[in-house]
Amino acid sequence: MTATLTRVDVAPPVASPKRRRHAPGWLAVVPLLAFVALAFGIPALAMLNGAFTVKDPATGATSYTTANLTASLKGAYLTALLGSVKLSAVSAVISAVLGLLLAQAVVTSRFRALREAVLTASGVLANFGGVPLAFAFVATLGNSGVLTRYLDLTDKGWDLYSFWGLVIVYLYFLIPLMVLTITPALDGLRVQWREAARNNGATAVQYWRHVALPVLAPSLLGGFVLLFGSAFAAYATAAAMVGSSIPLVTLQIADAISGNVLVGQENVALALSLDMVLVAGLVMAVYLPLQRRSARWLEA
Amino acid sequence: MARSMNTAARSTNASARSTNRSVPVRPWRGLVLAGAALYFLVPLAASVIFTVDVPGEGVTFDAYTQIFGTDGFVSSLLLSLELAAATIAIVLLLMVPAMVALRLGAPKLRPVVEVVCSLPLVVPPIAFVAGIGTVLKWGPEHLSRTPLFQTFTAIQNPDFPFVLVLAYVVMALPFVYRALDAGLRAMDVRTLVEAARSCGAGWPQALVRAVLPNLRGALLNASFLTLALVLGEFTVAQLLGFQPFAVWIVNVSGSQAQLSVAVSVLSLLVTWALLLALAGFGGRSRTAPRG
Repeated sequence: MTATLTRVDVAPPVASPKRRRHAPGWLAVVPLLAFVALAFGIPALAMLNGAFTVKDPATGATSYTTANLTASLKGAYLTALLGSVKLSAVSAVISAVLGLLLAQAVVTSRFRALREAVLTASGVLANFGGVPLAFAFVATLGNSGVLTRYLDLTDKGWDLYSFWGLVIVYLYFLIPLMVLTITPALDGLRVQWREAARNNGATAVQYWRHVALPVLAPSLLGGFVLLFGSAFAAYATAAAMVGSSIPLVTLQIADAISGNVLVGQENVALALSLDMVLVAGLVMAVYLPLQRRSARWLEA
Repeated sequence: MARSMNTAARSTNASARSTNRSVPVRPWRGLVLAGAALYFLVPLAASVIFTVDVPGEGVTFDAYTQIFGTDGFVSSLLLSLELAAATIAIVLLLMVPAMVALRLGAPKLRPVVEVVCSLPLVVPPIAFVAGIGTVLKWGPEHLSRTPLFQTFTAIQNPDFPFVLVLAYVVMALPFVYRALDAGLRAMDVRTLVEAARSCGAGWPQALVRAVLPNLRGALLNASFLTLALVLGEFTVAQLLGFQPFAVWIVNVSGSQAQLSVAVSVLSLLVTWALLLALAGFGGRSRTAPRG
């Protein structure tokens, strides 16, 4: 009895699971990696290659150069790049602060339904920006928008198709994104920490300054960086709303790709794309370690 | 001894929490919630008013009754839904086996897959489509005599542009990775599979009947995020010259402002309703362990 049991228990695990553990692991991951190499790797390499090549219109010969990159950091292109950075930074700071306040209001609320509703709504609004969002704001605050008409905002100098107009629109999907990002971190703040601080005579302000904010810092910074990247990459909202009246790098790329400005600017568009990838890469290089750090804090 | 101290501590905790709860004065919270409600609801309400109350015509529901009759609405919406279905199927077929396998074996591959699935976050859609456009141009320029050329033409068929599915699967990877990772983290895949296996289940059976039912919430979550992404996607489709739903809304807005806003409002509300239904359906399993 015992002999058969041990044989059944011990014998197979030595041979088969070892094989099993490796074989399916590799096999199941291979299609994913192959797909990404095909659908993502090739376009990415094409972009990289195009950003560094120019085609001589007379001979049709291509040569490697950094002229595109230099051109992408000059004149109107540089203005657009800086415009995007400024818009993204301003909207990200404002939404990070407002998102934190809203998330804290929801997390500490007694009503579970409110929490569920706000989180669900945030899930929709954070992901479903783009075109419908642009049109909702055009209908609200645009030149013939409802609020603009009722409140005579045009006479008061309001213009939706301006820098601050875009900021207001961007907040609509950035604040929900911040709520989604920061809520797990706020959930991770133990009630006991607040109680311990209070028992030791700390005021609410002291608790936030010395306990909660330091614990939240990686999540807050990570959230800010994520919002920045999200605003920086946004194209649909701006394109549907302002056309190209505001200098933004995404709008410049779209114009150059579709040949709206000058013929033969496609490779400058690729260089601009590369600039964007570098900024976005920087964003991720800051965000991912921060997120890992906050996750470690909150799970421990 | 230790246990009694613990109970004592817990009871003070409980009493502290209950006094905490009985103090209702937190004016900032009401202020924040009211402000948020105002900011998020006013554009929706104003959009509805905008579509219904047309200057010079009074209250009319024409914008809504016209929707179905308008050229391109049905075809663009159907195209978007088909693209979404294909994208969801492919992304789940690629990701679920890979993610489960990473939990069971091959943990060394986990950082690789994590990085690969985060890569699309580093390449904004507009940069991605610039790259895709360049590749698609190779077709006529370099490959016109090779069999690959037919593939290039086939994936750009305007009736069902498969190239969009390829792009959307890539763009969905980060969201799907996060959703599935959260779902898998909440369960012990290895024990589950070993239990199923020792009960005589084969690998496919263990996966389908033990792992997947536990992943239901995560799968729904991933599918929904992908659906929302594809339905709202504008950048890639517009710049490659196809006309799914979001592109159609913009194209129609030039001539029919009321109609485009009406469609925007409707699509937002439908997505919202769908997500609320999902939250009610899948949410129970998601929130239960947190207690």
